[in-house]
Amino acid sequence: MTTGTLIVLLLLCPAIAVAGSLAGRSPRLAEAINLLASIGSFAVAVALVWRATPEPVIYGRSYIALDALGAWVILCAAIVYLLSSIYAIGYMRMLDEDERLPGFYALFAGFALTIFVGPLMNNPGLYWIAIELTTLVSTFLVAFEHEASSIEAAWKYIVIVSAGISLALLGTVLFYWSGTFVNGPTYELTWASLTAVAPHASQSIILLSFLLVLVGYGTKVGLAPMHSWLPDAHSESPAPVSALLSGALLNTAMLGVVRFLGVADAAGIGGTCRVVTVALGLLSILVGALFIVRQRGIKRLMAYSSVEHMGVMALGFGFGGILGTAGALYHMLNHSLNKSLMFFGAGNAMRAYQTKDIRGIRDVWIRFPAQAALWLAGAAAITGAPPFGLFQSELAILRAGIGLPHLSWAVYGMALLLIVIFIAFMNQFRLMYLAPPTSAPEERPDRTLSAWCVAPMWLALLPLLLFGLWWPDAMWRYFHGIAIALSGAAS
Amino acid sequence: MPVEHLDPLAASLFSLMAILSLLLAFVMLGSRWLNNYLYAFAAESWVIAGLSAAVGFYGGFPELYAIAALTALFRGLILPWLLARIIRRLDIKREIHEALRPSSCMVLGAAAIVFALVVSEHIGVRVGAAGTVVVLALTVMLSMKMIGFLMLVVRHEAISQILGLLVLENGIFLGAQILVPGMPILIELVILFDLLVVVACFGVLVRYLTVHVGSTSSLDLKRLVG
Repeated sequence: MTTGTLIVLLLLCPAIAVAGSLAGRSPRLAEAINLLASIGSFAVAVALVWRATPEPVIYGRSYIALDALGAWVILCAAIVYLLSSIYAIGYMRMLDEDERLPGFYALFAGFALTIFVGPLMNNPGLYWIAIELTTLVSTFLVAFEHEASSIEAAWKYIVIVSAGISLALLGTVLFYWSGTFVNGPTYELTWASLTAVAPHASQSIILLSFLLVLVGYGTKVGLAPMHSWLPDAHSESPAPVSALLSGALLNTAMLGVVRFLGVADAAGIGGTCRVVTVALGLLSILVGALFIVRQRGIKRLMAYSSVEHMGVMALGFGFGGILGTAGALYHMLNHSLNKSLMFFGAGNAMRAYQTKDIRGIRDVWIRFPAQAALWLAGAAAITGAPPFGLFQSELAILRAGIGLPHLSWAVYGMALLLIVIFIAFMNQFRLMYLAPPTSAPEERPDRTLSAWCVAPMWLALLPLLLFGLWWPDAMWRYFHGIAIALSGAAS
Repeated sequence: MPVEHLDPLAASLFSLMAILSLLLAFVMLGSRWLNNYLYAFAAESWVIAGLSAAVGFYGGFPELYAIAALTALFRGLILPWLLARIIRRLDIKREIHEALRPSSCMVLGAAAIVFALVVSEHIGVRVGAAGTVVVLALTVMLSMKMIGFLMLVVRHEAISQILGLLVLENGIFLGAQILVPGMPILIELVILFDLLVVVACFGVLVRYLTVHVGSTSSLDLKRLVG
């Protein structure tokens, strides 16, 4: 099978799920077809990573390009899509909204489809459109529960993110403009053409464009101070959607920042741009830490943790080099696995206790011993404790930054804040697991969790543990290739 | 576009239209009636369509005629019509609780233009295009961007926020016509279509807001904090 066919298959799987869910009008059929589509896209994504080369290969009249970086982002998205499709079957049944489920799964698969499209785009303009489409589709997923608070979250999400990424469009236009002084008024708009023309273009235009793009896509990534939509959208959407937003969507937007960072490198102003990226990343970790300390909402806690981890990733890509890039890419995979696990646990707890408030969730140990252990392991992992994957990737990022002359301050800041986050996160879990209940233990209707709700947590935790103990050599070589391709664009 | 070879008549025409659309953005800033916003937006879109056609004519980019026609159709007719429908359904005529009076907004808008001018001048000097229509286009582009953000910040009605977003887009589109008239046409077509989808989505969300929240003012959206 050719790689081109694989790309078509990747997009076809969720597209069929959209059509099938809408046509079938049966909730059970929609569940099944979405699950099959997610398994299919996961298999194809693995094959794509296998085939992808560090240098992009062009398909479809130069509109589509597959490179190792894009394939990696797609793989992370496909993993989250698979896990959350399994989880959604159990979770969405608990909502008792069976007649709306076909619509939900159509949107859900459509959301996955738009996420897959973005990294494949060879044209920065079309990439922008793909990111915009993810917003439009996911808005309705955020608003799915039709409560006042979820509509509010959806409204804030679409207004803030649309306004934010319009800056990225402006930046893209200015990038193109900077090339017209060299190439004449009309030339092909692709990542490669922008990189090729950048060394001869005006540095001040490139700097302005990069800042606009960074703020624009940074809004979608959830970098502070543009993160304000993120906790609302992530906490108000159904748990499988939260996982997809956090584990898949944010990475796709991060890809835009990374690619434009490559263009800025090629223009010879990578130093300034990297300092700005790292500063925004560190600010995100700080904001995440501050809000994690005093958080009351269980899913908002996870959302701020996403802000923090996007900050860590921005630091990794900002430090650059082989170690920094590899660390950030490894972090992407680990974060996708881990954040899915955390949102699934939070969703289960929310359904069992009928509240989003951490103060209402008590005695988790006693009521759900098996699931509690899983969730706690995930919580330890998400704060970067060994022996889980995030420890490895955060350590790699720290090591990447330590020797850099202008950026080593960020390393100390990051290390300090990670410790704060570890303590705060563990404290929140201590309250939920060990603190005495605030109210008298009344007889709550006990909802036992179906296997659909617990199995994906195992599926996320086991690889996470594996990746913490063993950083596969093949993966290291893969990241090495990406890092060389990114910096090769610079020379 | 080779600005140094630009016909002086063409340059003045471009400048006139760019400034006209900036003025229309100020009409939006200075009013509190939703209908005025809408008419100003529609007029601005028509001016931009005219600009596209003019750039196509003087610059020799025939595909811009198609863009001009589509801009007039989409931004000048269909979008305002969709928004007018939403306004009619909502039965809201004006902004009631703006954070800043329109007069203060206009002062802020003027400050935004000065800032945009400083940035554009700087870039214009760097690329050797100081004092040409390029600087003006950049200025209008950046200042419409900031005016759009200003509208998003100080206005609370859902419709005003949608129009604020559309002003952001108009600013980019206007600047792009002058700075990069040769940009691949596909992008512009997709963006036009995208706008339509955006407004349709906003329409649905506004309906949700009225039904489930009971208000379309962002002042009432304060459940989620912290």
